[in-house]
Amino acid sequence: MDIHEYQAKEILAKFGVTVPQGGLAYSPEQAAYRARELGGNRWIVKAQVHAGGRGKAGGVMLCNSEHEIQDATNEMFGRKLVTHQTGPEGKGIYRVYVESAVDFEREIYLGFVLDRSSQRVMIVASSEGGMEIEEISAEKPDSIVRSTVEPAVGLQEFQAREIAFALGIPTALTQQMVRTLQGCYRAFRELDATMVEINPLVITSDSRILALDAKMTFDSNALFRHPHVAELRDKSQEDPREARAADRGLAYIGLTGNIGCIVNGAGLAMATMDTIKLAGGEPANFLDIGGGATPERVAKAFRLVMSDENVEAILVNIFAGINRCDWVAEGVVQALTANPVDVPVIVRLAGTNVEEGQKILAKSGLPIIRAGSLMEAAERAVTAWKNDQKQNTKMRAI
Amino acid sequence: MSILLDRESRVVVQGITGRMAQFHTKEMQDYGTNVVAGVVPGKGGETVFGVPVFDTVKQAVAATGADASLVFVPPPFAADSIMEAADGGIRYCVCITDGIPAQDMIRVKRYMMRYPRERRMVLTGPNCAGTISPGKALLGIMPGHIYLPGPVGIVGRSGTLGYEAAQQLKDRGIGVSTSVGIGGDPINGSSFRDILERFEADPETQVVCMVGEIGGPQEAEAAAYIQEHMTKPVIAYIAGLTAPKGRTMGHAGAIISAFGESASEKVEILTAAGVTVAENPSVIGETVARVMKKKAA
Repeated sequence: MDIHEYQAKEILAKFGVTVPQGGLAYSPEQAAYRARELGGNRWIVKAQVHAGGRGKAGGVMLCNSEHEIQDATNEMFGRKLVTHQTGPEGKGIYRVYVESAVDFEREIYLGFVLDRSSQRVMIVASSEGGMEIEEISAEKPDSIVRSTVEPAVGLQEFQAREIAFALGIPTALTQQMVRTLQGCYRAFRELDATMVEINPLVITSDSRILALDAKMTFDSNALFRHPHVAELRDKSQEDPREARAADRGLAYIGLTGNIGCIVNGAGLAMATMDTIKLAGGEPANFLDIGGGATPERVAKAFRLVMSDENVEAILVNIFAGINRCDWVAEGVVQALTANPVDVPVIVRLAGTNVEEGQKILAKSGLPIIRAGSLMEAAERAVTAWKNDQKQNTKMRAI
Repeated sequence: MSILLDRESRVVVQGITGRMAQFHTKEMQDYGTNVVAGVVPGKGGETVFGVPVFDTVKQAVAATGADASLVFVPPPFAADSIMEAADGGIRYCVCITDGIPAQDMIRVKRYMMRYPRERRMVLTGPNCAGTISPGKALLGIMPGHIYLPGPVGIVGRSGTLGYEAAQQLKDRGIGVSTSVGIGGDPINGSSFRDILERFEADPETQVVCMVGEIGGPQEAEAAAYIQEHMTKPVIAYIAGLTAPKGRTMGHAGAIISAFGESASEKVEILTAAGVTVAENPSVIGETVARVMKKKAA
């Protein structure tokens, strides 16, 4: 689960990381008021969206007067910010964060991630802050410092010092840097984060170490023990269909193609999408309805997939092991009888009692296209989708 | 003796009184697995399908000689149960539970290191379908009848995609020595490489079929091992060619977040290591059959 920058800064500040003074606003008037509260004559106004790359997309503005803040935030509120991380649909701006501008001398990159090779928390830092970590690893790989944390004892001071020295932090600031690193690690560890990123962490002109930006992602499997973190969820930043699916226990990810997929199991769902692509089509979604494939879940899945108006054919691929194919077939028939769909439906069943399952689909009288292998199912889905398209074009021509 | 699990394995089911655990305990018994005990704290003294339930793993091991465990405990308590098994003298543990916090698994892995290698429990999963040595024993939730006994070792992350591979082999009359699910989580008990090492040393396995997916470094690590150490042919399929970057595809670990983690990169790395890669999931069985034929010739 992602949270906003201002929320990440609030959390990290509690763990001893120094952040700039700032205030949250839900309207241009409030933004101007926050600036007055903060005082000074230069402020940074930052759109709060769950995505990186805000600066280049116009989501971060330097303002020199309350008037400029009103103008800048008038532009931001209600708009969708499109960055290279949001996809073309962008993310809505409903909150902005106003901070006092800070003069700084150096920018540092600091990240904490779950490293899957060492199976530990890894610190990734670079003296080339301000750039994204992908750019740094491509352009300045030698500037990157890595260190893994022994989970039994946590981040030791000597490790934090080693990082500070490797980054060339002035000796007078070593202790501040150690405090920052240990604070981030404790926040990561105690709140079950999966990522903490400060980019940039700066050394200010008055010799302070300050987190100018902050990003935290949390392990959704651990939210049950952090209710105050779970409360920070902002549904306005999520794809509404994906959020609705997740609330109903289905793993759904919307894509840009036209062939909807309903599959049991994540690996098989990915394999189904890949096969559609190989057959010359494009998948409209990833959807894992879970191992069991109960009739209720199948029905929910049909409604969910059909809520995407780009869907022009649906491929159902179920491997029924413990739950037999005849039982899954009954579920598909029930779902389609209760909620008929107006696009071709291709069903491929595999596993226990395949023949009985096929018979049930055939006898149902529903226009279900059946397939034996997954490749065959994908080919039939692509053909059905193309034929359907032709028919629609003809009808429009008439 | 097949890898990890055999007819003689004495199984304890942790969390045996849960609805799903009871269902699968019965399935395992019907398959012939020797389920000797259950463990549920506070329910010691009860029985489930004739299996005695104990309060702790140590009690279960002392009373029944259990040496393998199946963890069917809800996510908040699963890591604790795995550590209890490791400390209680269990040799092999399969954790089915999906949704264990990643940092709990980091702690589990660290905890297991306190035992010297020869006494260290082997863990597969979490978030997996389990392990089966066809005709001998089943420790998990897979449908036993889709596996024939035979010479192919299967190792994969996904449940149903693994079933797909087994069913295709069965349709061609090809059997399986052992099928191991390593699970879809980012931090797991055993890696592809760990299981490949066992298959390489296993006289009952002649060919290995590896079913991987996007995310994480374990397929690339497996490729390096295969290239340097493996004499047995390996066939692989990697799911997720169409998966977008940075999105979690159902499995917590199925996310492309670094270089080398996409399906096309993994296919390239495995191919370069001499692995025969099936280009689509419908031809996994066919590809294994072809490689076996070539090996026999």
